[in-house]
Amino acid sequence: MIAEIGHYAVALALMMSVVQGTFPLIGAHRNNAVLMGIAGPAARGQFLFVALAFCALTYAYVVSDFSVALVASTSHTLKPMLYKVAGVWGNHEGSMLLWILILALFGLMVAQFGANLPAGLRARVLAIQGLIGVGFLAFLLFTSNPFLRLDPAPLEGQGLNPLLQDPGLAFHPPFLYFGYVGFSMAFSFAIAALIEGRVDPAWARWVRPWTLVAWTSLTIGIALGSWWAYYELGWGGWWFWDPVENASFLPWLVGTALLHSALVVERRDTLKSWTVLLAIIAFGMSLLGTFLVRSGVLTSVHTFATDPERGVFILGLLIVVIGGGLTLYAIRAPALKSGGLFAPVSREGALVLNNLLLATAAAVVFLGTLYPLILDAVDGGKVSVGAPFFNTTFVPLMVPLLIACPVGAMMAWKRGDLPGVLGRLKVAALVAILVALCTVVIDGETDIVAALALGVAGWLVAGSAVSLAERTSLFKIPFVDTLRLALNLPRSAWGTAIAHSALGIMVAGITASSSWQTERIQVMNPGDSVELAGHQVTFKGAGTVPGPNYTALRGTFELASGGKTIKILSPEKRSYPAEKSTTTEAAIHTTPLADVYIVLGDADGKGGYATRMYYNPLVPWIWAGVIFMAIGGMVSLTDRRLRVGAPKRAGRKTAPVAQG
Amino acid sequence: MTRKRRRLMVVLLGALLLATAAALVLTAFEDNIVFFHTPTDIATRNDLSKDRRLRVGGLVKQGSWNKAADGLTHRFFITDLTHEIRVAYKGIIPDLFRESQGVVVEGRLQPDGSFVADEVLAKHDENYMPPEVAEALNKSGQWKGGTTEGGTK
Repeated sequence: MIAEIGHYAVALALMMSVVQGTFPLIGAHRNNAVLMGIAGPAARGQFLFVALAFCALTYAYVVSDFSVALVASTSHTLKPMLYKVAGVWGNHEGSMLLWILILALFGLMVAQFGANLPAGLRARVLAIQGLIGVGFLAFLLFTSNPFLRLDPAPLEGQGLNPLLQDPGLAFHPPFLYFGYVGFSMAFSFAIAALIEGRVDPAWARWVRPWTLVAWTSLTIGIALGSWWAYYELGWGGWWFWDPVENASFLPWLVGTALLHSALVVERRDTLKSWTVLLAIIAFGMSLLGTFLVRSGVLTSVHTFATDPERGVFILGLLIVVIGGGLTLYAIRAPALKSGGLFAPVSREGALVLNNLLLATAAAVVFLGTLYPLILDAVDGGKVSVGAPFFNTTFVPLMVPLLIACPVGAMMAWKRGDLPGVLGRLKVAALVAILVALCTVVIDGETDIVAALALGVAGWLVAGSAVSLAERTSLFKIPFVDTLRLALNLPRSAWGTAIAHSALGIMVAGITASSSWQTERIQVMNPGDSVELAGHQVTFKGAGTVPGPNYTALRGTFELASGGKTIKILSPEKRSYPAEKSTTTEAAIHTTPLADVYIVLGDADGKGGYATRMYYNPLVPWIWAGVIFMAIGGMVSLTDRRLRVGAPKRAGRKTAPVAQG
Repeated sequence: MTRKRRRLMVVLLGALLLATAAALVLTAFEDNIVFFHTPTDIATRNDLSKDRRLRVGGLVKQGSWNKAADGLTHRFFITDLTHEIRVAYKGIIPDLFRESQGVVVEGRLQPDGSFVADEVLAKHDENYMPPEVAEALNKSGQWKGGTTEGGTK
């Protein structure tokens, strides 16, 4: 019964979204307040029904109702409760329902908090959100119904892929989807702006915080996936330039660009057309990511089902959304004439450079990711494009971005003073040179590229610190006054500084882990020792240990340095009988400066085990960088400007459509 | 700075970036693309370079998997049920590597016609057949979806 209620709720939500997507649009066109007024209640209704459906599915998972086909194929009574709940989105149908739930939630947000938006804009934005909802609800209902019954119901479920039974991965999809779908807000606002033919700072004040929310969430989601791959796959790496990883990285790159260009629209009332284009592309990339991982065209853990009908449906949605968006853009964008002029050397100019570099980098990643698909489609042979391609194309594009970042962040709006800014950044340059020199001295083998990259990392962190010191007049006025200035500094300034220095921390982590990783692979018998980057690792033996729904082969390793035991590490190989599958659990000892990473392989039949060990310098810095980056985003969100007095459209001189 | 000149600057900068990116992409494609081949391709084509990295996919031949005395080097045959190729891989084999199941390996072709892999992809789900492998098997006409029992000839 519960499942039928859920099914019916999806159908009702579809009806609601049809209403939400049509009447308000007509109303906004005719300036009919009654029709426009339908948007809010429809959005609330849509959210209510989708939430009901989601609860129904969650209930079916929690009570292990195996008469629901989806639950039977992806759950098991022995599974811990966390994974029963996470199992709701650990499959194709459920994850699409989650996608739609988040979409409806964003619609609800506009309905709840959009009272201060102009009625026409609000109605149009909600209508576009509604239309996206129509597409995805129809997709769910017609190709991926999560509530299909199974008769007779099996006594036991087939279990969830054990690789997905992991805390990191339980929360990876919600964050990722919150990011993906969050860009639908920017998209809806962009389309509404194109229909209205105007973009003004009030528009940007709405778009920017929502983009920031989406971006922050996407950052966390990507990092959770990457962290999972790091400790669960047992390959010692954390990013493989896998197509699926790229699929989530593309919207992130475009979203980052959007975040920066929306800033220019908000402050300087220019770059409008470009920002609208970025908003369309950012959401387009989110849809592309969904398509790539859901359609089965890629080989990955995310390919739950390879049903061609679904792939075609999402591809159709993709074409309608991106094609429609870009067509509308082509017709209407020339009407969006921008206001403020600026010199090339200025904050605006720096942000344009940021956008060009990010967009180019996104284009390169896009090409590398889709090239195998394109080549296959034209029968040009099967190829794969791996890490070396991305390292030789993406990295050179990032270097100028990273170097320009602190300079641009200190530049004045409208007309900047480059020599002045560089002069004020002398301290940061000094730090960068010192870091690079120290690296050469410590490393000994003088890996020049790595030393320079660490210098860039130091430049980013020190540059952010300098910009904060400048704005708070540190050491120039009494410290108490500096503190007061610091407290009064806009939160967005803090957010920027935190996020930019987080980038520096990440660059340091990425550089060190890829330049100085040590790997040891060998067969070890109990009692054997291996030297690993100044540590001794001794294998003590391996034995079988029971788990809740698996049995594990657990190895015991003693990590010692200078004759002193630091830690006992226990990597595992888990076999899941219900799912007939095995997973690897790497044992990781984390210190502020490095990870010691041990994987237990298979037995050689003579009492020995294959073992693989890594010494990964500064990997923890990558995760720390991500955390700080997300904190930067959140701090920025608390900025007063984003909360109060957002749309003062009436007071502004914004000529509707064409002025030049 | 007039609006026109500003726009010109942006366009020029954009064009320069795009050109740089295009150059980067083209040179990287030249060196870093890895082609996928079936065992039949390798047995029948003699234009395949020994100095380039390749991917080979198919089924792990039933009964062919063994480990060398060092306990780390795995040897097995990959077959598309028409031709097969001998593969050596030193390292820890993935958890889901099984005989008569789909696998993709990446590495280099040796002068003696065998293959030395430095990456073995047997991914994530035991029911899952990599699309390249499924197509390779379909092409060889030996397998029409469904189960992959047997596997040896």
